[in-house]
Amino acid sequence: MRLPVNSGWLLVLPFLLLVGGLFLGPILNVLWISVTDPALGLENYAQLGSSDTLRRILWTTLRVCLICTAFSVVLGYWIAYAMVHAKGPAQSRMLGLLLVSFWISVLVRTFSWLMLLGRNGVVNSGLESLGIISAPIPFMRNELGVLIGMVHYMVPYAVLPIFAAMQSIDGRVVQASRSLGGSGAQTFWRIYLPLTKPGLVAASLLVFIINLGFYVIPAVLGGGKVLMVAEYISVQVLVTLQWGTAAMLAAILLFGVLALMFLMSRFMKLSTVFGGART
Amino acid sequence: MKPSLPAKLNTGFAWVLLVVLIAPALVAIPVSLTPKTFLSFPTDELSLQYYRELFSSPEWLSSFWQSSVIGLLSTLLATSIGTLCAIGLWRVSSRAAEVVRSVLLLPLVIPPIIAAMAFSRLYVPLGLIDSYTGLILAHTVLSAPLVLITVSASLAGFDPRLEQASRNLGASNWVTMRRVIIPGIKPGILAGAVFAFISSWDEIVVTLFLSKFSVYTLPRRMWNGIRENTDPTVAAAAVVLMAVTLVAFAIWALASRRAKSAE
Repeated sequence: MRLPVNSGWLLVLPFLLLVGGLFLGPILNVLWISVTDPALGLENYAQLGSSDTLRRILWTTLRVCLICTAFSVVLGYWIAYAMVHAKGPAQSRMLGLLLVSFWISVLVRTFSWLMLLGRNGVVNSGLESLGIISAPIPFMRNELGVLIGMVHYMVPYAVLPIFAAMQSIDGRVVQASRSLGGSGAQTFWRIYLPLTKPGLVAASLLVFIINLGFYVIPAVLGGGKVLMVAEYISVQVLVTLQWGTAAMLAAILLFGVLALMFLMSRFMKLSTVFGGART
Repeated sequence: MKPSLPAKLNTGFAWVLLVVLIAPALVAIPVSLTPKTFLSFPTDELSLQYYRELFSSPEWLSSFWQSSVIGLLSTLLATSIGTLCAIGLWRVSSRAAEVVRSVLLLPLVIPPIIAAMAFSRLYVPLGLIDSYTGLILAHTVLSAPLVLITVSASLAGFDPRLEQASRNLGASNWVTMRRVIIPGIKPGILAGAVFAFISSWDEIVVTLFLSKFSVYTLPRRMWNGIRENTDPTVAAAAVVLMAVTLVAFAIWALASRRAKSAE
């Protein structure tokens, strides 16, 4: 007997039902809450125009995300470039280090940054005993600390798509440029960099998307002083029980993320981004 | 051609960056060995008292147990449905299948805070807040896309003619799947399982919204410790949390090396 549809769909069904029922459905419900709680209408969205707090939070989120993305992508490019040009065993070792850092828990990292960056942390006491600074630098409870923590977390995410893009470059293109008289710098800026553009764009968008909804690092290292969207949502839900405002912010965050995802899919497939480390 | 000096400097700097990516996390190790009563670095002597504390406190022990149960069961579920789904999409392989695939990968990119709101809103009326079932299902949804990615990558290198051959020789769908396809994509399944386990083992944001008193995973208890920022036991917990992640990662690394040398 032939089924009217491909029997492969039967295998897809359990996962599809789970994601639909437990994830996408409830997310639609959150969107619904954003226009119905406390009353039907766009009241929650109107707060964006009237509330300085909300505008400040959105602005902080955007600013931190942009700065973090810029740093992560530049550092990530550097690492990816060295990795692509490393010989077999060295390349595996570099990739190993990168993946280990990719999988180390965000909580462990955050805890460690607390110990490193505090007033009496390793960094401050080290600099003081070397006589470089006389008073401790305030790293914590400000944007500097949040940025350090976030860039540190995001670099591996930036490396993977860039590395995947670099691996697909035909090395003869670079040789051709050199043999036609191009200098090393010219070859890099005019040939190599443009060829890695899909990877760069995908990496920037991926890092930016993950940053937008980042909760743990801003909440702990910002110490309430660097209020970003995710932390504000959690306060609204867990403390002040303002589901309407929280759902509205979640909706904005969601549409932002989906729009950027769509943009990213034109440059690189999501599975390539995450699976880019197959060597 | 010998690498030039700038090229060597470039590579050297990249190595430094890679080490810097890992080194800060290791700070938890000396802190966990402090003999003092507050979070600090040991100066004269080392002490294992906070590991003793960790492994004798009923609260921490129950968190270990709960994290392990939730991690293993959600891995089992995520690996099963993720693998089936990857095989299904590979068989269908049409435009529609690609659309479905990108929908199924959404849990990886939608911010966890939104997932946390969605789950908690769904679970309150169902009575699943603060329950094993609730957390296991939530972690399954969040980690199954990782399995989908790794298994799909393995399937991309799997020759579809093997499947046809098996069916032509009279094997049923089920036998073909169990005896031909699954053995061929084992490395992808194992990688998916390892990544699914790590992602559940470390998960904090969704857990924060879904657990209250009775289900309190290791990251959940560490979160309190980090917020209070006084008890050095949290450093010992961080070391153990990280060690389990690294062991899981090492299993994957060894297995994938073996698979590669077998090719």
